[in-house]
Amino acid sequence: MMLNLWFDFIEFLLPFQWAGHDFMKSALLAILLITPLFGLLGTMIVSNKMAFFSDALGHGAFTGIAIGSLIGLISPIMAAVIFSIIFALIITVIKNKSRASTDTIIGVFSSIAIALGLVLMSFGGSFNKYSSYLIGDLLSISPTEILILTIVFIIVIALWVIIFNKLLMVSINQSLAHSRGVNTLLIEIIFTAMIAVIVTISIQWVGLLIINSLLVLPAAGARNITKNVRQYTLVAIIIAVFSGVCGLIASYYLNTATGATIVLVAGIIFFLTLILKNKFD
Amino acid sequence: MEQLKEKNPQKIKSNENQCSGLCCTRVENFCVNFGNMKVLEDVNLHIHCGELTAIIGPNGGGKSTLLKAMLGEVRHSGELKYLDEKDQSSGQPVIGYVPQHLSFDTDTPTSVLDLFTACNSNIPAWLLSTKKIKTKVKESLAVTKAEHLINRRIGALSGGELQRVLLALALDPMPDLLLLDEPVSGIDQNGLEVFYDTVSEIRKKYDLSIILVSHDLDLVEKYADRVILLNGTVLCSGSAKAVFNDPITAKIFGLTWFKNRSSDQGKDDEDNQ
Ligand SMILES: Nc1ncnc2c1ncn2[C@@H]1O[C@H](COP(=O)(O)OP(=O)(O)O)[C@@H](O)[C@H]1O
Ligand SMILES: [Mg+2]
Repeated sequence: MMLNLWFDFIEFLLPFQWAGHDFMKSALLAILLITPLFGLLGTMIVSNKMAFFSDALGHGAFTGIAIGSLIGLISPIMAAVIFSIIFALIITVIKNKSRASTDTIIGVFSSIAIALGLVLMSFGGSFNKYSSYLIGDLLSISPTEILILTIVFIIVIALWVIIFNKLLMVSINQSLAHSRGVNTLLIEIIFTAMIAVIVTISIQWVGLLIINSLLVLPAAGARNITKNVRQYTLVAIIIAVFSGVCGLIASYYLNTATGATIVLVAGIIFFLTLILKNKFD
Repeated sequence: MEQLKEKNPQKIKSNENQCSGLCCTRVENFCVNFGNMKVLEDVNLHIHCGELTAIIGPNGGGKSTLLKAMLGEVRHSGELKYLDEKDQSSGQPVIGYVPQHLSFDTDTPTSVLDLFTACNSNIPAWLLSTKKIKTKVKESLAVTKAEHLINRRIGALSGGELQRVLLALALDPMPDLLLLDEPVSGIDQNGLEVFYDTVSEIRKKYDLSIILVSHDLDLVEKYADRVILLNGTVLCSGSAKAVFNDPITAKIFGLTWFKNRSSDQGKDDEDNQ
């Protein structure tokens, strides 16, 4: 299978101790698929000041997983994806219809979602079963999951080609986008649904507690040292992938949680860019 | 898009008479409600091609809302009609728009080229940018003498530079109708005059209809062919002189400006303020 080819390739390319384990090779492949998407989506999350919003989507995904495994569908992740897309749509539409402070609306939905998720998961005292969703476990990723990731990767890249220009217009000015024939609500819905899907499927590997940092940090760092959209996108992806790979290797040797280690690396890079910031303008 | 025309030959005919063979834009019975609040009620406008129409009025009078309704962004009742000078068919005009506020983050890593690419190209701005696109954007920027700004970050532009870029963007593709919503906030007096001169020049050159929301009554008087006083509805309209001499206008804008004006009428207006 393709995966074996990858294993052999890594063995040949990286003759290190950590690369000798199949679970590490799978994890590395997963990292190379997830982190560029996080970098990519992060650019527009940060540009649209949606950090709080994407955090809420993580909470929605968490509840989705709880619901999915409670009603015992064949694959809880499918139910979770559907639930979190619906959750994302509801917040987006309400946010657009209402003039009340968006932060408040998002905050309300976010807290209800996380509370509901925790209640459902602790139902019958079985919370321990779910604790891995809080911290995440990248090393447990299975070949099927890698296949799913690959499909999602291709879809997201394709969508990013199609909607990016419109999304950029919306982020600069809604009315301007509208005057150019952009259906702003539709674009926002597609974008939030994309975030919802990515967050939901990767929450089991990265963990709820830090998933949002992984979305926000690479883009926030890239923003400090870039002047146009192309640099911004490229640097955000580089930071995300670099943090991912470094974090994975470091977590292997330090025996720490992979997701959290990745975020720490990304955090350090963010501060480095902050120091460089004044040199760019 | 509820204001999409239905082709009603009767109506077209009556418009034809009123536009006397030229192209024109008509706003008919626009009403806008936000919840229970009536922001615009029964607004009717008739705008001829090649004319600069200025909309003045108090803050919160619904000027920005009217423009957004014309763009179809704000839900409204009533119709927007556009008659072409060639075939006299009513249809949707191409509208160029310069918004009142651009509340984007000034840190945003977006260049002027990115902005134009995002608006006018199918190639995503984060992929490559071809020579062809660059040349075309430069041509568009040249209309407002802003081609040297092409690689600057939009957040790093001065108020006047940003307005020139946005005006160039609104003129690409060339619209039938240009809507400018207080496009000169944050520009000094000198930049203001330059901006108005540019707008006047473009109007003559391309025979555009322009609707301009403005607070600067001196410049409105100098450049506008027609003035509309809007506060929830059209309170009065006509030539600048007629509107400024109307007592309603004086009441809304306070008397000081009008006193100054009558004392130095005939002279140039520039020593006001
Ligand atoms: N999206 C909206 N929802 C509710 N009220 C609005 C909205 N936009 C504008 N308004 C209200 O409509 C009125 C007119 O606003 P606006 O058109 O911006 O006035 P102007 O541009 O003349 O200063 C104001 O009272 C404003 O508070
Ligand atoms: Mg306004």
